[in-house]
Amino acid sequence: MKFIDEYQDSKLARGLARKIAQRSTKTIRVMEFCGGHTHAILRYGIRQLVPKTVEMKSGPGCPVCVTATADLDKAIALAHLPDVIIATFGDMIRVPGSYSSLQQAKAKGADIRIVYSTTDAVEIAKDNPEKSVIFIGIGFETTAPTIAASILKAQREQIRNFYVLPLNKLTPPVMKVLLDSGEVKIDGIVCPGHVSVVIGSHPYEFIPRDYGVGCVISGFEPLDILLCIDRLVEQIEKGEPKVEIAYRRGVKPEGNRKALQLMEDVFEIGEANWRGIGIVPKSGLKIRAKYERFDADKAFSVSLKPPKEPKGCRCGDVIRGAATPLECRLFRKTCTPESPVGPCMVSGEGACAAHYQYGIPENLQDF
Amino acid sequence: MDDSILLAHGSGGKLSHELVEKKFLPFLANPALNKLDDSAIFEASGRLAFTTDGYVVNPIFFPGGDIGKLAVCGTVNDLAMNGARPLYLSLSAIIEEGFLLSELGRIVQSIKKAAEEAEVSIIAGDTKVVNRGQADKLFITTSGVGTVPPGVDISGANARVGDKVLLSGTIGDHGIAIMSQREGLKFSMALESDCAPLNKLVSQMMDVSSRIHCLRDPTRGGLATTLNELARQSKVGIVIEEAKIPVKEEVKAACELLGLDPIYVANEGKLVAVVDPADAKKILARMRKNSYGRDAAIIGEVTGQHPGKVVMKTKLGPSRIVDMLTGELLPRIC
Amino acid sequence: MCLAVPVKIVSIDGDEAETEIGGVRRRVSIAFTPEAKVGDYVLLHTGYAIGVIDEAEAEETLKLLEEIASLSEVH
Repeated sequence: MKFIDEYQDSKLARGLARKIAQRSTKTIRVMEFCGGHTHAILRYGIRQLVPKTVEMKSGPGCPVCVTATADLDKAIALAHLPDVIIATFGDMIRVPGSYSSLQQAKAKGADIRIVYSTTDAVEIAKDNPEKSVIFIGIGFETTAPTIAASILKAQREQIRNFYVLPLNKLTPPVMKVLLDSGEVKIDGIVCPGHVSVVIGSHPYEFIPRDYGVGCVISGFEPLDILLCIDRLVEQIEKGEPKVEIAYRRGVKPEGNRKALQLMEDVFEIGEANWRGIGIVPKSGLKIRAKYERFDADKAFSVSLKPPKEPKGCRCGDVIRGAATPLECRLFRKTCTPESPVGPCMVSGEGACAAHYQYGIPENLQDF
Repeated sequence: MDDSILLAHGSGGKLSHELVEKKFLPFLANPALNKLDDSAIFEASGRLAFTTDGYVVNPIFFPGGDIGKLAVCGTVNDLAMNGARPLYLSLSAIIEEGFLLSELGRIVQSIKKAAEEAEVSIIAGDTKVVNRGQADKLFITTSGVGTVPPGVDISGANARVGDKVLLSGTIGDHGIAIMSQREGLKFSMALESDCAPLNKLVSQMMDVSSRIHCLRDPTRGGLATTLNELARQSKVGIVIEEAKIPVKEEVKAACELLGLDPIYVANEGKLVAVVDPADAKKILARMRKNSYGRDAAIIGEVTGQHPGKVVMKTKLGPSRIVDMLTGELLPRIC
Repeated sequence: MCLAVPVKIVSIDGDEAETEIGGVRRRVSIAFTPEAKVGDYVLLHTGYAIGVIDEAEAEETLKLLEEIASLSEVH
């Protein structure tokens, strides 16, 4: 497959690994922000390809993991309303809320449908005019434009029963929160490649400028990630942190203007509730007043019991990079993929699930 | 006859008899079944293997097969995985009121064809009809009996350190063929399910070697789950190489689109064999001569390290643990 | 947020396109990539093309990787 296979070449991977090992003298901490990167790093064994001087930590880039428990509880409560169909991406189905999950709600009779695309949710609304179809709008800036497009499509086609529960979050603000907290010392960030296809590279400029942390935008194939680490090592060895695009075939500095315009038209920036972090101002997307008839928050009201976090769950710490899955007492004991306690174990990209599935075996010959 | 199944078709009266005599019997005919006694009597000697399985696949028709073909092949394969020669199947169908008779006809034809290919006879059957909404169109249960040749001991517990792990062909075909039909995924491709009866392939393998230790078909949960089951049952470690696992281009592409890993996707016409290393090459050569084994490959071996765990050497070199599938295989966006 | 796959545009019909990857075809929206042409590769995310792949840059990146591999070779 073009633009995938070439970036999995093992000879080129070995070459990059050698260069990184040759160049890297100081111990540095590099954090990947995107769940897709967490997944790829573990799937391809990237940690074993980089020298011990490069420590890698996972950040809160998994949109499922950072969805606040209270918001998930709301989605589940909406699912139980009469004549409601919930449309959601597969990622959300198994995440435990305070008392239940969408999957459990489905088992209890709620009409919950997994969709691959937001347009599918609009189609479901068209096909079921007597029901209300509520789409759970999670994701970062990669997905936000597609959700905006679905609202505009529903408007164009005069669909009156389509709603979006706006839970989209923004990447640069949460990076700022983490850097401000000083909880984890980071020297470089592996910036999310597909978010950047939409937002470009300019939004990250405050990171090297205000925090002296390097920022390299990376693709998702193993060579992309290794190249990104190579660039970060170069920056840090030279003491020249900056924003760099390593994923040059996909990302332009100005991003995707059309997508940004659509987002701007439909959404406005507001506060968002991040699991493990709390309320972060100006970090989420809300639906603008002119499209408020598509806003599930305005159209429906549900009463909720106070949210509760499971006892002993350290997802919040793991999401912030303040703890590794191995440092959580529940990991592999009470919290497993079959019976996940928190979102980090449920989502395919959650740090805990990725560690569980793709753990590095002891006694095995490293690369 | 009407064009749909009615509740009366399941009540044992005239319509029930008509259903059996017109829709099933002519196609599955054999001396035992034709008698229409309450049970079928047959002779068999030596050790017998017996298995049962329920089939609830949705959609019931998919590229490369249907629930009928699956119901025959699945049970035939379960018998073959213990080295048994499949002989007879029973077939029980639970049909939803309103199911189209024309579709039932198609499924019976598939059952007939699959049974003929596998050289098994369906000697006992039953149909029940439930109210609309109480079954998802059609559920089929088949049980099967076969004979195990003397001296044959093929079991998931028999893997030994040093054994080679063989895979009969490309993985992920069935699961992806099914997913492509699901609402919302909307992608089109030429890929078909690999649903097939493997008993002849197995008997050919057994002809060239008496040192096949384990056989298993990687159905739900995929190759990864099956290898984990074998590792646990035999209390050994298994090491495989990603680069050696055959995967069709379309399966790779569909997995990319859906965020899936082919090693977790279901197969219905493939087997994993764990064999004595001295016989590995000749078993492989024999497999490749059978159309269901043409892409067969040696993908790994059994080790004394990390018992109960499966480790995969990735394309790039580093190794990682491969766990069983948890929960359902769901498409992700992230 | 992350899963976007490079697919090739086979035909265009208004703001939708028929795309292909490894023999699998899917109809996608090109509302965000109106500049895309038949033969271009786009990044597909949940049914939408979010960007057109710059093939020249891709070539450059691969060349760079080849250079790195040969320069870092242990002699």
